[in-house]
Amino acid sequence: MNRDHVRILLPVMSLVILLGAVFYMQPRAMSYFGLNLLFNLAVPVALATIAQMMILMVNDIDLSIGAFVSFCACVTATFVQSDPVVGYAILLAAILLYAAMGAVIHARGLPAIVVTLGMSFFWAGMAILILPSPGGAAPGWLRVMMTAKTPFLPVAIIAPIIIALTMHYFVKRSALGVLLRGVGGNEQAMERSGWSVMVLKAIAYGIAGLFCVLAGMALVGLTTSADANIALRYTLLSIAGVILGGGEFTGGRVSPIGAVIGALTLTLAASFLSFLHLSPDWQIGAQGAILILVLAVRLVFTRREALV
Amino acid sequence: MGVNRKLIGTGEVPIITLTDIGVSFGTVKALTGIELKIMPGECVGVVGHNGAGKSTLVNVINGRLSPTGGDVSYNGEVSKADFRNAQRARNAGIRSVFQELSLCPNLTVLENLRIPYRKMPLRNWRGKAALAVRKSLDAIFPGNRIDPYRVVDDLPIAERQMVEIAIAFSRRDMDARLVILDEPTSSLDGAIADQLLGYIRRFCAEGGSIIFVSHMLGEIFDVATRIVVMKDGRIIANDDARNFTRASLVTAMGQVVPDAAEVTEAKKKQVFGAEVIRMENGLNARKGEIVGLAGLAGHGQAEALARCFLEQSPDWRASRAPAVVFVAGDRSRDGVMPLWSIMRNLTLQTLVEFSRNFLVDRKAEGRLAKEWHRKIGIKTDNLENPILSLSGGNQQKVLFARALASSAPIVVMDDPMRGVDVGTKKEVYRMIRDEAEKGRTFLWYSTETDEILECDRVFVFRDGKISAELNGDEITEENMLRASFEMQETSQ
Amino acid sequence: MNMLTRNNRLQIAKRGFKDLVGAMLRKPWIWAYLAAGITYLATLLVVSIGGGAWALLYAALTFASFAVIVGVGQMFVITLGPGNVDLSIPATMTLAGTLALKFMETDGALVLPGLLIALGVGLACGLFNFSLILLLRIPPIIATLSSSFLFQSLAIWSNRGLRIKPPQILADFTTGGTFGIPNAALVALLVSILAWFVLEKAIVGRWISAAGQNSRAARLGGVPVNAVRFGVYLSCAVLAGFTGFMLANFSGGANLNMGAEYMLMSIAVVVIGGSSIAGGNSNVPGIWAAALFMFLIVSMLNSYGFGAGVRLILTGMIIVSVVALASKRGHKI
Repeated sequence: MNRDHVRILLPVMSLVILLGAVFYMQPRAMSYFGLNLLFNLAVPVALATIAQMMILMVNDIDLSIGAFVSFCACVTATFVQSDPVVGYAILLAAILLYAAMGAVIHARGLPAIVVTLGMSFFWAGMAILILPSPGGAAPGWLRVMMTAKTPFLPVAIIAPIIIALTMHYFVKRSALGVLLRGVGGNEQAMERSGWSVMVLKAIAYGIAGLFCVLAGMALVGLTTSADANIALRYTLLSIAGVILGGGEFTGGRVSPIGAVIGALTLTLAASFLSFLHLSPDWQIGAQGAILILVLAVRLVFTRREALV
Repeated sequence: MGVNRKLIGTGEVPIITLTDIGVSFGTVKALTGIELKIMPGECVGVVGHNGAGKSTLVNVINGRLSPTGGDVSYNGEVSKADFRNAQRARNAGIRSVFQELSLCPNLTVLENLRIPYRKMPLRNWRGKAALAVRKSLDAIFPGNRIDPYRVVDDLPIAERQMVEIAIAFSRRDMDARLVILDEPTSSLDGAIADQLLGYIRRFCAEGGSIIFVSHMLGEIFDVATRIVVMKDGRIIANDDARNFTRASLVTAMGQVVPDAAEVTEAKKKQVFGAEVIRMENGLNARKGEIVGLAGLAGHGQAEALARCFLEQSPDWRASRAPAVVFVAGDRSRDGVMPLWSIMRNLTLQTLVEFSRNFLVDRKAEGRLAKEWHRKIGIKTDNLENPILSLSGGNQQKVLFARALASSAPIVVMDDPMRGVDVGTKKEVYRMIRDEAEKGRTFLWYSTETDEILECDRVFVFRDGKISAELNGDEITEENMLRASFEMQETSQ
Repeated sequence: MNMLTRNNRLQIAKRGFKDLVGAMLRKPWIWAYLAAGITYLATLLVVSIGGGAWALLYAALTFASFAVIVGVGQMFVITLGPGNVDLSIPATMTLAGTLALKFMETDGALVLPGLLIALGVGLACGLFNFSLILLLRIPPIIATLSSSFLFQSLAIWSNRGLRIKPPQILADFTTGGTFGIPNAALVALLVSILAWFVLEKAIVGRWISAAGQNSRAARLGGVPVNAVRFGVYLSCAVLAGFTGFMLANFSGGANLNMGAEYMLMSIAVVVIGGSSIAGGNSNVPGIWAAALFMFLIVSMLNSYGFGAGVRLILTGMIIVSVVALASKRGHKI
C-alpha cells in the first residue's frame, strides 16, 4: 500500500459515508431508479472533472471549463443534432484549439489561470453566437444512450465506472500517461531526457478538451436542450472534484478514480440535502463545506504521515 | 564521417573527444582550452575545488551546455557543437547522475525508468520496466530491498540516489557506454558506497566508461584509472592514476589557504563573550565569534541555519531590534527581489529600523543606502538602477549590506560567496572580521574550504547531524574532509 | 540623496523629450489608457455627437468604479504571487450587499450601521478565507473557492432570492454625481488613492511587493510574511463587501447574481492594468484604465451593433493577447 492508495481512501470513505446517510434516511433510494436519480447529473460533472484533472496534472489550472462545456453543449444541441458533419468538425476544431492553447501557454511561459480566464470569455461568446436563447435539441442517439435502461445498474452508475477505469488505465498505467504525470512531477527532468514538454502539455490540454466535449454532449443528452450558461458552475465544481478526489494542485499528483468519486460526492451532496429536508438554499454551501471538511481531514492524515 | 562504424565500441574509437573547448557566461570564463578524450573501459576521476569548472565540464559532455568555442565529437564523429549535442550524447550511450535529484517524485521507481527510456517497447512495459530496474538495482547494490512499485517520494534520500544510479546503468535499447557520476556517494553510507565502487570497476572491465566526480580522494584512487585535475576552468593535470599520490593530487589541486598568517593573527586576538545561540543539535555560538558550518552540500547545514533564523524571527510582526539577520547564498531563491532597485533591495531588512512610523522614511533610506554603497563598494553609479543590472558579486554585496546594516547581534550566512570573485571575497572577509570584533556573532555555512578556514570554530555536518566540532588549529581541510566522510573512511 | 535626484533630473532634461516619451511608454499602464482612449473615440464616432461624449464618459466612470474597487482588492492578492487569487469576491459582494440592505430595510436612518454591516461581513469573509489558508493550509484558490460556496449559500438563505430595495438616500447617492462627476467614481478614486499610498509610500507596501516577488526571500529578509498575507486577504474581502454595498444601492437592490461577473472582471482589470500576474508588481493607475476599457469596449461594440457574443469573444481575445504581450516583457528581465 503506497501513498497513492492512502490518498484514494479518503474520497472513497467520504462517498460511502454520504451514501450511507442518504440510504439511511431514504431507503427507497437504494433502488435502480433511486440511484439513477441520485447520480443522474454526475456523468457530465465527472467528465468535466477528468478534464480539469488533466490540466492540474501538468501543473496548470483551467478556469474556462464551465464556459467551454457550455459551448460544447450548445454545439451539440444545434449543429450536431441538425448537421452532424459540421457539428463534429466544430467540436474537433475546438479540441485542437485547446491543445494549441496548452502549447502556447508552455512555449510563452504564460500564466494558465489568466489565459484560460480570457478563453472563458471567448467560449461564452461563441456559445451565445451559436445559441442566443435557450433551446436546441438533443441528437436522438445521445438521448437514447443517456436514458438507456441498462440491466442491473443504471447508466448513472455504469458511466462513471467506465470513465474512472479508462482514465485510470490511461493516466496511471499507459506509457504516455506516465510522461504526462512526469511533466507535473519534474519538468526539468523531462526536458533533460529529451522530451518536448510543449508537445506533452498540448496532449494533456487536448485530452482535457476532448473530455469537455464529452461532458457537453452528456449534459445535452440528459437535459435535451442547452443554453449558453448551462455549465458555468462546472469550472468550480471540476476543481473541487479533483481536489476532493485526492488530487493536488502541483506535482502531478492526481487520481482519475478519485476525481470521479469526487464528482459523485459533490453531486450526491446536493441530493443529500433534499433528503435531509433542509432548504435547497444550502446545496452549494454543502458542497463547499464538504470540500473544506475533506481537506481538513486530509491535513490530519498528511501530518501523521509526515511524523512517521 | 570517416569513421569505421565497426570500430565503435571496440576500444579503438574514443566515446567522446573534446577539442579546445571554451565556455563563458557573459564575461566569466567557466572553461578554457579543455582537451579531453575518453576511451571505452576507462574510469576517469575528476577532482578540483568548488568553482574549478567540474560541473560545467560534465554538462558539456552530456550535451546540456553548448560550448562557446571548440568541438565535441561523439564516437569519433566530428560535429559542430550545438543544441543537438544532448541528443547526440544520448545516442552515444552517455548518461548522467546529477547531484540534484532528477527523478520525478510523484512517479514510482519503475515509472521513472520510462522518462529517460525514450523508445521503450510498449507491450507490458510496466512489467519489463520493473524487471529492468530490479535487475540493475540487484547488480549494483546486491541485497537492497527497494520495491520498484513504490513512489519515489516515499523513499528515503539514500534509496532515491540508489534508484537514480540504477536507472542510469539500466539496460535499454541503447546501452550505457559512458556514465557520468557527479558526487554519487554523497547520500550513501559506507557499505552501499563500496558496492557502487565495486560495480564501477566491473562496468569498466566490461568495456564501459565512467566519469567520476568526487571530493573524496579515497574513492577517486579506489576506482579511477585516470585522474583529471581541474582548476580555474582549465585542466591542469591529466594522467594515469598510478602516477598520482594523495599528496601530489592535493598539491596539483592547489592550496587555497589565503594569507594564513593574517588569519591566525586575527584569531589569536579573539576573546569571546557569552553564549548567544544553542540549538538542539548541539550547534552553539558565542558573542563575537565566527562559527563555520562545513561538510558536503545538502547534509543539513542549510536546514540548521534556516531553523536558527526562523525560530528567532517572528512571522507575524517585524521588530525594530531583530535578533538575527540572514545573508542568502542562493541569491535568486533566497535573497534578491528581482523587480526592485538596488536601494530597495538593500534596505528591505532595515525598513522598520530607520522609519519612525508606518511610512518609509525616504531620506533615511537614501542615507543608509549611500553609506553602504561607499562602505561595501557596490559597483554602480546610481542606486536606483535595477538590482539585476549588477554582476553576481555585486548583488551579493547588496545582500551583505542589507544584513549588516541591521542592528541584529547575530548574522546567519548560507554559503554567501557563491559566484563572488576573489577580490570581493577578501573585502567581505575583512568586513566580517571587523563586525565580529565589534561583538557580532556569525554563523557561516560554506562549501568552500578557504572560507571555513576563516572561522573561529567549525561544526562539520553529515546526514543532518554534527559529526565533528573543530577548534583553532584543528580547522584544516583534511580534518573537515575526514569528518564529512567519516563513516565511509572507517568502513573501508 | 539630494544629489542623486538632482542628477536624475539633469539627466532626464538632457535626454530630452524623446526619451521622456520612451520612459512613459515603459510604464505598463500607458497601454491600457491608450486602448481605453481609442475605444472611447471609436465609440464616439457612431454615438450621436453632442451630449454623447460626456454622457459616455460619465457612464464609463460610473460603471468602471465598481470594477476598480474590487480590482484594487484583487490586485493586492495577486501581488502576493502565483497561486494567490481571491475567487470568493462575487460571493462576498452578494452576501455583504444582501445582509446590509436587509438590515436597513429601506430606512434612510440606518445608512451608517448598514455600511458597517457590509464592511463587517467583508471582514468576516476575509478572516474565514485566511484561516482556511493558514490553519488548514489549503491553497488560496481552493480555499476561497470553497468558502465562496458557503457565502453564496448564506446569501441565498438570508433573503430567499428576493430583491431588497435600498434606502432612497443611498440609491440617490450612488447614482448621482458631485460637480458633474459620478459619486461612485469619487469613492473609487478615494479607494485607489489610498491603495496607491499604501503600496508606494508605506512599509507595508514594500512588504507586499517583496512577499509577492519571492515570499521565501522576503521571509529571510525580515518581512513578517504571515501578517502581510493576513492583511491583504482581509482588505480584499472588505473592499469586496464595500463594493457589494455600493453596487446593491446603485442597481436598486441586492440580488443573488449581482457579483457574478466580478470574478472574471476583478482578475481581468488587474491583468490588463499591467500588474504582473507573477506577483510583486502592482499598478493602481492601470486598474482605472483597464476598468474604463472593459466598459468602453462593451459600449463600443454595442454602438456598432454587435451582440453579446461578439463582445465576449473580443473581450476574451483581448485578455489573452494582453497577457501574451506582457509576458514578453517579463521574460526579458
